[in-house]
Amino acid sequence: MNGRKIGEVILDLKNISLSFGGVKALTDISFDVREHEIRAIIGPNGAGKSSMLNVINGVYRPQQGDIILRGEHHANMDSYGAAKAGLARTFQNIALFKGMSVLDNIMTGRNLKMKANMLQQAIWFGAAQREELEHRAKVEEIIDFLEIQHIRKTPVGRLPYGLQKRVDLARALAMEPQILLLDEPMAGMNVEEKQDMCRFILDVNDQFGTTVVLIEHDMGVVMDISDRVVVLDYGKKIGDGTPDEVRANPDVISAYLGASH
Amino acid sequence: MFYRENGQFKTSYKADQQAFAIPQDRWAIYAIVAFAFIGVPLLVDEYMFRAILVPFLILSLAALGVNILVGYCGQITLGAGASMAVGAYAAYNFLIRVDGMPALAAILLGGLVAAAAGIVFGAPSLRVRGLYLAVATLAAQFFWDWAFLRIKWFTNNASSGSVSVADISLFGWTISTPTDKYLFSLGILVVFAVMAKNLLRGNMGRQWMAIRDMDVAATVIGIRPMYSKLTAFAVSSFYLGVAGALWGFVNLGSWEPAAFSIDRSLQLLFMVIIGGMGAISGSFFGAAFIVILPIFLNQMLPLVGSLFGLEVSTALVSHVEVIIFGSLIVFFLIVEPHGIARLWATGREKLRLWPFPH
Amino acid sequence: MAFFLETLLGGLMSGMLYSLVALGFVLIFKASGVFNFAQGAMVLFAALAMARFSEWIPDWLGMENLFVANLLAFAVAVVVMFVVAWLIERLALRYLVNQEGATLLMATLGIAYVLDGIGQTIFGSDIYKIDVGMPKDPVMMLESVFEGGILINKEDFIAALIAALLVISLSIFFQKTATGRALRAVADDHQAAQSIGIPLDRIWVIVWCVAGITALVAGIIWGSKLGVQFSLSTIALRALPVVILGGLTSVPGAIIGGLIIGVGEKLSEVYLGPYVGGGIEIWFAYMLALVFLLFRPQGLFGEKIIDRV
Repeated sequence: MNGRKIGEVILDLKNISLSFGGVKALTDISFDVREHEIRAIIGPNGAGKSSMLNVINGVYRPQQGDIILRGEHHANMDSYGAAKAGLARTFQNIALFKGMSVLDNIMTGRNLKMKANMLQQAIWFGAAQREELEHRAKVEEIIDFLEIQHIRKTPVGRLPYGLQKRVDLARALAMEPQILLLDEPMAGMNVEEKQDMCRFILDVNDQFGTTVVLIEHDMGVVMDISDRVVVLDYGKKIGDGTPDEVRANPDVISAYLGASH
Repeated sequence: MFYRENGQFKTSYKADQQAFAIPQDRWAIYAIVAFAFIGVPLLVDEYMFRAILVPFLILSLAALGVNILVGYCGQITLGAGASMAVGAYAAYNFLIRVDGMPALAAILLGGLVAAAAGIVFGAPSLRVRGLYLAVATLAAQFFWDWAFLRIKWFTNNASSGSVSVADISLFGWTISTPTDKYLFSLGILVVFAVMAKNLLRGNMGRQWMAIRDMDVAATVIGIRPMYSKLTAFAVSSFYLGVAGALWGFVNLGSWEPAAFSIDRSLQLLFMVIIGGMGAISGSFFGAAFIVILPIFLNQMLPLVGSLFGLEVSTALVSHVEVIIFGSLIVFFLIVEPHGIARLWATGREKLRLWPFPH
Repeated sequence: MAFFLETLLGGLMSGMLYSLVALGFVLIFKASGVFNFAQGAMVLFAALAMARFSEWIPDWLGMENLFVANLLAFAVAVVVMFVVAWLIERLALRYLVNQEGATLLMATLGIAYVLDGIGQTIFGSDIYKIDVGMPKDPVMMLESVFEGGILINKEDFIAALIAALLVISLSIFFQKTATGRALRAVADDHQAAQSIGIPLDRIWVIVWCVAGITALVAGIIWGSKLGVQFSLSTIALRALPVVILGGLTSVPGAIIGGLIIGVGEKLSEVYLGPYVGGGIEIWFAYMLALVFLLFRPQGLFGEKIIDRV
């Protein structure tokens, strides 16, 4: 493994329960995420993985439970609050801004860091331009990092799926998050694209020290890149530990092998 | 052949982020603006100014306002006319009630009042969208129609809301001839168009477009829908308010609430659809189209009719006009939702690559 | 008290007519997800056709009987509305399937313009009258209950009755016939309906035809009351708050919404109007709808709109 040091608990989820009009999506789930680690959430279809991610970044609010982020309670956080607190995410069904270029899409990720007011922006010269250039330079670093220089000016709607996923990741990275949430980053990709994406995730984790929480369907990949894995089934936690521990867990084996395969 | 980018390399992000990154485009824009200020006044007669150019400029400004809201932020409005009305009547009140109020200040203040009203009536956009938002904006339209007709204070006790403004002046320059009116409107339009371009290429514009394209994702990266939508309503209404004040002060001179009725709102929406949603140039194309088509039909249809020995009444001309508008709207929505501006951009794109299409 | 009741009943009558126009909205929205801003233009078109054919047919056929002429004109107007419905589906709607709500809305605004233009080109743009022999004289009612009784316009009464009949027969059509079932299936889920072999485009033509007939009935009633003129086209705008109030997908909602708005307009105009300068019925309905939008966006009876991430 690489040289990064896994630190203290940065995100702690306690007894999270979430239901939609009587249908229980998550039941009493607790787990923690340590700084700089790659934490995976896996489970069969409908296990509640996406709901879990949506709870973490404030899209859904759990009926019960607490979210502690760097020692602060965040159970009532909305997604704006989550963004401010340093959480970024990608989407399973890519949610890029279709009418905008790749560059503009990634630039939107900087919006919380841009301070020029509306009048300054309307005048452009001066504060707004300075700020724009500053952030452009940062965004270009990310573009280089993810190797998408050649499509900078292309409207995202015209890009193939694999590249769109990469732009989605770039937009999240542009927020310079402390915790990066990835919703099935490798779904629907071919082997080569998957390898690229794995490399990017590992590099992000390694070079920027970003904590990564990812949901994935593809067991093989997850086991290779994550430090610790949570396993969900029917909205309940059935396993938690290092990939090896999880692999040996009889509940996990039966959930995966017994139920869906 | 001259529209080539070979050998033009940008060596800084600054150069790459200019409003018009291709030098040929930039020079073309400068040339058009210079021609509009210097060439046009020398070439054009009074009728052209009065019937075509001044209405075109002011409606372009209004269409720009609608485009910011509808084309860039994705919020529909059927109450654009009401924003113009608020701007016009507010500016009127500033002008007559405040001693020594300069006309330009009154116009801008009118725009600000319209912006405030726009925020109030745009607030439902936080909860509803699409058709429901259209209804909310219609509510604004009917409310203001009524207010300027019935609440006497707004119109300084004028009967049926009709008010008039004498020739306005700007730093000692009295704007009275059609040429003056043209230059004054043109000046304001250029300034406002540049500001719109700046807003739209910067952070504000990206936030609006993000809300338009995918509001959930926008929230997740820290864009507040409330702030973005309300600023879009405010800026759009500000533009419309200024355009309304200009329409009253400069183009009409005296007006009543009917000048800003629901028909005006629909007309502005159609300009943006036909011209091009989400493109600044679309506002100009749309305004030009809507101003010129009736005049063109008025000239052409009787001629065509006389070829076949038919008499074409003015009523028929206006019906044909309505039919053409209607069909074009349906046509553009089906075939090219980004309007004339996109057709133009596609043509330019082809030209850039010509003669090697790949 | 008698005056209040009179206002109330007047409101109910005009509300019934709003319901009729609103019903046209709801039918099309349910079946195709299109909010048809052209409904008002269809009312005008239908009324113009009815008015003009009832003038022309006696001329062409050289006969005098008003009843027969009206009947023939009605039949022709129905055919005309069918053709209009078919053309709208053929030329515009089928290319706009699955577009966003706002786009569809703007498209129907375009269709409304086209209909207004064509209607006035063919049928003329003066004020015409429709005379279907509705009695115009007012009647006294409930004289025993109140002193002086209350005054009711017979015409309004009959109009409300016709509207109610139409609503009932449409409900039966929707609930009991095979076509009605197919329509409801399409309303629930386009693709699922298509996959079990319901021809979408034919269903849409049918819906637009039905909407055309409601437009015709509304046009005849309003036309015989106020004369057929361009302003008929704007009653779509008057009926719009009705559907917001009642819920876009609900037939009973359209009816009750229409009644509420009709009564609300009349009462507000009579009791509130004098204090603020009058003429408030134009925006009162919209403000009412706006309040509803903020607190109950799906309307009284509409299906709840849920956004999914």
